[in-house]
Amino acid sequence: MIVETGHYALVLALALALAQFAIPFIGARLHDAALMRVARPAAITQFLLVALAYGALTYAHVVSDFSLVNVIENSHSLKPFIYKISGVWGNHEGSILLWVLVLSLCGALIAIFSNAMSDRLRADALAIQGLLGAAFLLFILLTSNPFARVALAPWEGRDLNPILQDPGLAIHPPLLYLGYVGFSIVFSFAAAALIGGRIDAAWARIIRPWTLFAWIALTLGIAMGSYWAYYTLGWGGFWFWDPVENASLMPWIAGTALLHSAAVMEKREALKVWTIFLSILAFSLSLLGTFLVRSGVLTSVHAFASDPDRGVFILAILVFFIGGALALFALRAGALPVGGVFAPISREGALVLNNLLLSACCATVVVGTLYPLALEALTGEKISVGAPFFNTVLIPIALPLALLMPIGQMLSWKRGDLLAALQRLRVAFVVGVVAAAAFGAWYGTPFLSIIAAGIAIYLVIGGLSDLIIRARGGSGRASFKRLAGLPLSAFGTSIAHAGMGLTLLGLAATGWGVESIVAMKPLSFYDVGPYQIGIESVSPRQGPNYSEVYAVMAVRKDGATIATIEPAKRFYQARRMERSEAGIITIGLGQVYAAIGESHEEGTVDARLYWKPLVTLIWIGALIMAFGGALSLADRRLRIGVARRAAAPALEPAE
Amino acid sequence: MTRKGKRLTLIAGAMAVLGLAAGLMLFALRDNIVFFYTPSELAKKQVAAGARLRIGGLVKEGSVVKNGHDVNFTVTDKTNDLAVSYTGLLPDLFREGQGVVVDGVLQPTGAFRADSVLAKHDERYMPRDVADALKKQGVWQGETK
Repeated sequence: MIVETGHYALVLALALALAQFAIPFIGARLHDAALMRVARPAAITQFLLVALAYGALTYAHVVSDFSLVNVIENSHSLKPFIYKISGVWGNHEGSILLWVLVLSLCGALIAIFSNAMSDRLRADALAIQGLLGAAFLLFILLTSNPFARVALAPWEGRDLNPILQDPGLAIHPPLLYLGYVGFSIVFSFAAAALIGGRIDAAWARIIRPWTLFAWIALTLGIAMGSYWAYYTLGWGGFWFWDPVENASLMPWIAGTALLHSAAVMEKREALKVWTIFLSILAFSLSLLGTFLVRSGVLTSVHAFASDPDRGVFILAILVFFIGGALALFALRAGALPVGGVFAPISREGALVLNNLLLSACCATVVVGTLYPLALEALTGEKISVGAPFFNTVLIPIALPLALLMPIGQMLSWKRGDLLAALQRLRVAFVVGVVAAAAFGAWYGTPFLSIIAAGIAIYLVIGGLSDLIIRARGGSGRASFKRLAGLPLSAFGTSIAHAGMGLTLLGLAATGWGVESIVAMKPLSFYDVGPYQIGIESVSPRQGPNYSEVYAVMAVRKDGATIATIEPAKRFYQARRMERSEAGIITIGLGQVYAAIGESHEEGTVDARLYWKPLVTLIWIGALIMAFGGALSLADRRLRIGVARRAAAPALEPAE
Repeated sequence: MTRKGKRLTLIAGAMAVLGLAAGLMLFALRDNIVFFYTPSELAKKQVAAGARLRIGGLVKEGSVVKNGHDVNFTVTDKTNDLAVSYTGLLPDLFREGQGVVVDGVLQPTGAFRADSVLAKHDERYMPRDVADALKKQGVWQGETK
């Protein structure tokens, strides 16, 4: 009964989503306040209905209701509780339902936090959000019904893909979706602004917190996913340039560009058309990612099913929304008031350069992801575009971007003084050069790692110098007071930039990693970087729904054991599938990483051993970036309620 | 600077960055892409030795010979075979008779030196490239999922 209620709620949500589109949209055209007012309750109720459906599916998974196809294929009665919950989105139907849940949540959030805007803008934005919801609800109901039953329920399910049975994966998809789909809010506002024909600084002020919110979630989601890949796939890699990973990176880059261009639009009323375009682009890339992952054109851990109907349906949604938004953009952008022109050497000039470089990065990822697909479709040739391509193109773009980031922070709006900015950065620059020399002396080549590490240190110091310089002067107490008085968004920028620097340092340090593949004999030790690793014992163990062989390994430095790690090879009975569980120990900022392969009769065990200096910085940096974003989001000047007062004059007719 | 001058600087800067990016991309696409072939396609194509390739097929039954970390095996699509040598740990799911994708370089001897070996991920999953190729050859068996 609960399952049927969930299914029914989904159908109701579809009907409501259509109403949420049609009624306010017509109301906005007729200037009918009563019709426009339908939007908010409709959006909130739609969210509640989808949440009900989602809850029903979760319930079916938790009680192992094997009369549902979805539960049979992805669950097992012995599966640990947490994976019964996360297993809901560990499959095609459930993950698309989670997608729609987040989408309707975004609609509800707009409905709740949208006091500070005109009725028409709100009504149009919620209408677009309703249309998006309707399209995806229809997709679920027609092609991917998670509530489909079977006539004869089996006793046991087929279990969740073991690779997905991991705590990291319990958090990764919801965060990622919050980011991906969070951009739908910005998309809806962009479309609404184009329909209404009024775009000003107030509009930028409305979308900035939403952009930040989506960006923070996406940053965390990507970092989480990359750490998961790192410790479960057993290769020691954290990013594979897999199209599915790229699918999340593309909206992230576009979103980062949008954050910066929206700042220019808000402060200087410039870059309007560009900001609108980026707003459309960020969500379009999210849709593209959804298409790539959910349509079955790709195979990967993430692509659960390949059913051509689904692919065509998502492609139709994609074409409709991206095409529609771009057509609207083409029709209306010409009529938008042109923003001010400004000096190249200024904060806004630097932000334009930032946008250019980020766009180039984004285009690279798009080309690298789509080119193989296009080539295969057109010529039948199959190629793979991997790390060498992305490294060749992205490194020469990203390193100059990193060099420019602190400079941009130091320039003032309108007219900046490049010389003065560089002078303020001299400490950061000197420290960066010294650090590069020190890294070079300590770790040695590759040369690229040394340069990148130097730039990374410069970026960390340079990012934070802005705060120090603004607080400096007078007694220590006065400085502290000044520091405390700085707006939170200034802290946000500096901290996010410093976080980027730390991530860059972690990435640079991958060049200094040590990898060794050995057949380990019992009680002999093998060198991995500055450490020695040896096997103490190898034994079997039984988990809830798997059995495993695990090795206890001692990690030694200079003869003294400093840690033990337990890499394991697990066998999941239900799917007759094996998976490695890496043994990882964090030492300082680096990690010793071990994965075991086959054990042989004479007692030797095949193993991959790695020493990865500074590797944790990759994810720590991402966390710090997200924290910086959260600080900016908390800044009261960006908060919507406060923005209303500031925005009031701008809302009057522009004529 | 005049208004026009500023605008021109901006456009010139944008063009320079985008041109640079496009140039880099073309350069990288020329040198860093890897073609995917099945053993039969490889036999037909006359690929020069030294080319980086990605080969997909099944691990031929009874072909795996291990000698410490050196492994030799044959990748087959049931029509043509290709001898592959590899040094290192094989992935968890590497088995005879199962799908496999190898990355590496074609040797002058016609054998293939792999530097990475990818096995199928899951009971129902086979690298799609391999599945497509096998379907084309008409030797596909099993579910089409």
